[in-house]
Amino acid sequence: MATASDTAGPRSGAPAVNTSETIISIEGMHKWFGQFHVLKDINLDVKRGERIVICGPSGSGKSTLIRCINRLEEHQQGSIVVEGTELTGNLKNIEIIRSEVGMVFQSFNLFPHLTVLENCTLALVWVRKMPRAKAQEIAMGYLERVRIPEQAEKYPGQLSGGQQQRVAIARSLCMNPRIMLFDEPTSALDPEMIKEVLDVMVELAESGMTMLVVTHEMGFATAVAHRVIFMDAGEIIEQNEPSEFFNHPRHERTKLFLSQILSH
Amino acid sequence: MAAVPIEDRGLLARLWGNQETRSVIVQIATMAIVFALLALVLRNVAINLEAIGKEFSFDFLTAPAAYDITFSPFIDYTSRDTHFTAAAVGILNTLLVAVCGIAAASVLGVTMGILRLSRNWLVNRIVYVFLEFTRNVPVLLHILLVHGIVVTTLPPPRRAIDLGGTAFVSNRGFFAPSPVFEEGSGIVAAVFVIAVVAALAFRRWAKRVQVETGKIYSVFWICTAIIGGATAVAFLALGAPLSWDLPALKGFNFQGGLALRPEFLALWLALSYYTACFIAEIVRAGILAVSHGQTEAAYALGLRPNRNLQLVVLPQALRIIVPPLVSQYLNLTKNSSLAIAIGYMDIVATIGGISLMQTGKEMETMLIVLGVYLVFSLLISAFMNWFNRSIRYKER
Amino acid sequence: MTGPGAPAPYAPGTHPDLPPPVRTTGVVGWARQNLFSSPFNVVLTLLGVWFLASVIPPMAEWALVKSIWTAESRAECWGKMAVPEEAACWAFIKGRLSLFVYGFYPVEERWRVDLSFVLLVFAIVPVLYDRLPGRRHWFWYVAAFPFLAGWLLVGGFGLAPVETDQFGGFMLTLIIGVTGISFSLPIGIALALGRTSSMPVLRILCVLFIEFIRGVPLIALLFVASTMLNYFLPPGTSFDLLMRVLIMVTLFASAYIAEVVRGGLQGVPKGQAEAADSLGLSYWKAQRLIVLPQALKISIPGIVNTFIGLYKDTTLVLIIGMLDPLGIGRASLADAVWAGLAREVYLFIAVFFFVCCFGMSRYSLYLERKLDTGRESEK
Ligand SMILES: Nc1ncnc2c1ncn2[C@@H]1O[C@H](COP(=O)(O)OP(=O)(O)O)[C@@H](O)[C@H]1O
Ligand SMILES: [Mg+2]
Repeated sequence: MATASDTAGPRSGAPAVNTSETIISIEGMHKWFGQFHVLKDINLDVKRGERIVICGPSGSGKSTLIRCINRLEEHQQGSIVVEGTELTGNLKNIEIIRSEVGMVFQSFNLFPHLTVLENCTLALVWVRKMPRAKAQEIAMGYLERVRIPEQAEKYPGQLSGGQQQRVAIARSLCMNPRIMLFDEPTSALDPEMIKEVLDVMVELAESGMTMLVVTHEMGFATAVAHRVIFMDAGEIIEQNEPSEFFNHPRHERTKLFLSQILSH
Repeated sequence: MAAVPIEDRGLLARLWGNQETRSVIVQIATMAIVFALLALVLRNVAINLEAIGKEFSFDFLTAPAAYDITFSPFIDYTSRDTHFTAAAVGILNTLLVAVCGIAAASVLGVTMGILRLSRNWLVNRIVYVFLEFTRNVPVLLHILLVHGIVVTTLPPPRRAIDLGGTAFVSNRGFFAPSPVFEEGSGIVAAVFVIAVVAALAFRRWAKRVQVETGKIYSVFWICTAIIGGATAVAFLALGAPLSWDLPALKGFNFQGGLALRPEFLALWLALSYYTACFIAEIVRAGILAVSHGQTEAAYALGLRPNRNLQLVVLPQALRIIVPPLVSQYLNLTKNSSLAIAIGYMDIVATIGGISLMQTGKEMETMLIVLGVYLVFSLLISAFMNWFNRSIRYKER
Repeated sequence: MTGPGAPAPYAPGTHPDLPPPVRTTGVVGWARQNLFSSPFNVVLTLLGVWFLASVIPPMAEWALVKSIWTAESRAECWGKMAVPEEAACWAFIKGRLSLFVYGFYPVEERWRVDLSFVLLVFAIVPVLYDRLPGRRHWFWYVAAFPFLAGWLLVGGFGLAPVETDQFGGFMLTLIIGVTGISFSLPIGIALALGRTSSMPVLRILCVLFIEFIRGVPLIALLFVASTMLNYFLPPGTSFDLLMRVLIMVTLFASAYIAEVVRGGLQGVPKGQAEAADSLGLSYWKAQRLIVLPQALKISIPGIVNTFIGLYKDTTLVLIIGMLDPLGIGRASLADAVWAGLAREVYLFIAVFFFVCCFGMSRYSLYLERKLDTGRESEK
């Protein structure tokens, strides 16, 4: 069982990935917003079960990178292959990939007109075409995992930020994804709520989920990540296992960035 | 504070100093002023009426109206009928143009709103220019313009624009075939009703199947097929019991068929496209108000665009759209009173126009007109209050 | 795995900003994204092009290329065209321009209208443009303007009197519009405060008034003004029709303003009024200094929309026999020498209203943007 001390105190590193199977493969990927070159020559392989933390200054393209992985943004050059399916304009492929990849947003994005339970069963009923009872059973299972089964009948507006984010995690997990993407899941939360969300994420990590997490929670990175990636100005500047990354950053920009976030 | 303690001041000052008593004093004073004004007005009315020898009564309603109403599709009205009947004709005409206008404005408005959201730059711009121009020009001008175009620039009936030999456009209006129901058409209608019931039953059943097994039917298409198919089969089986009464040129105008007179046509078209422009903006703003994050979350869960619209965007957008939409419907109804400018006989033109002139009952007729509109508005606000209460999000 | 044409590898952190691939930029990329992104959009685009091609050239030909600008009658005008009726006859409008502007205001007194208009411009500028130097002093002038203009237009006190039934045209539109706009705002705010007040009597009176006015069409109220109002006055008194119309239009607009402002008041967090209370501010001070400024800021779009509606509604006075531009246009169309030029007349008046109302809506957008800076941080 994960506790707060797991996330706060540094650990010698997460257990090594036990397979060498590549689940996401990004090669020579570029993206532009209009004339603006946001992502430059991104090359990244993610192994099954691997947990990656992405950090970097604001505006460096972290969100854009992970949003490209489930095609919320379209890349213009290079290739992204997820679970053997290449992301192109092909709608069928996009659908397949989106139901394999779960995503948690900074601003929760729960559906305000649906109850917590309905939020979780929506995709099961309409995408997986499940009977309602079975969908509800699955949803309740995940709501228990994120420790809010008693809120199932409430509406998102009646929950605290931390509770909402946990519902959002449960909602993604219901689709039984192979990969989970997190885009700054705790940065819209008050400090006392950050812990409850991180605890859930640590637990998820221990269950062997492949995770790409954009976050500045360095405790979390040290505790669960296999690899930390530092991005700046649309490029992957440096990547390494957490202890090496934090203790012996190689690149000047990484050092500057770390000194800035650690000085708080 | 160094002010004089309250209990040392005079009684009035003390009452005024206390917030509660002050509020009571203000309210009593207001009420007194309002009642005094009301009494004064009533007294003036009484004196003024007496001075010119009129009395306040609604008796004239049962007297013959003695004027013609050119457009009375629902009531068989002649000039021998009473002012009351004339008022009824007026109310029905107001309702007719309001209902037709609301239907057309909704269809047109939603279409334009969606086109305004389209990523097609050209179509987006064309609709934008049309919307901005139309919205910023008075509706009365639109009504007069359309009426002017129909009456002055369309050809007379003899040279009417022929739409396939069955419908005609001329400066006397739009003439279309009207359906004539023959024996057996009652059965077709009955089959239609049964098919609608069956389709509704299918919808409920499909919903239950989805809950129980997860299977999803394309309910919309199947319902359309049930209703359309059953009605068509019945229609053909009974030997197509429907014929058309075609308009034909007789003398100076067309006879027979369905005739939309220029006044109705102008009022209906102008009110529809004018109101549609406001509806388009409401629809667009309502859909844009649903944050893009909602759509992204739905896509990230694997929902398709049409399901995202059906399950995520529309339920939220409708809460934003419906209240201003209904207020546009009310505006359209109120704007239909401009009918009087082109001689369409609505409530204002009948009872508030000709009846007023003929009987000299300014007070009574105006009270009737105001009362009718107030009833419309109260009904609509009652609906709105109910709607707003039933859709409110639950928050902490 | 570097495919053909892949960029040379760069050391981390040195990758330059490259231009996007050609197919996504320039005219081609733009058209691909905005005109031809899907088969459906291709169809839409073609439809749009077809629509423009079939509407714009004939309209331009009618309104500009082939139009006639000098003629004495419709017959002469149409005679000058290759085919009668094929183009606009602007000569008609040109000949009656002064009628459209001044109505039947006596010709030798029209300088008074012009002067009032210039004074109006000077009164509006300091209201709309807040960076004017010495703006505070202008407000005395702005407050005095209605009386000044009223005196100039109606006469008396040394000027030749002009009956208000000689007023007409755009001048009448401006008189009703400006009066309605300037007086409906304060009355509307007062009604909104009354409707949200804690005194039940005030509240009920305001609700009754607002809901009554909003429930009936303006034209019915104008009829009340023209036929019924005299019964309410003491015997023997009566007052000017224009005055009655001004009052009705103002009351009408203020009920709508009241609802808009009430929406704004509800948008101001309760804490604001409570904070003002705790500072010891009186009700009026709290409203004036804390609550109203915020509420009005929220209500700007609604207020301006109401003003635009009011301005357009000034045309309704033609139904009770006043000669606003539309009334003048209708009267002109009845002139046998010129009958049949409805399109020219209505288009001309439409352009006038469009310019005024579109201007107002643009100004409101500008105001919203300018005032929005304070809320940016919340996002
Ligand atoms: N939809 C968009 N259109 C244009 N520019 C965008 C868009 N989304 C993000 N950007 C820009 O791309 C850059 C990277 O954004 P993002 O990936 O959100 O950064 P991060 O998540 O690292 O803070 C920023 O400079 C941002 O302004
Ligand atoms: Mg980001």
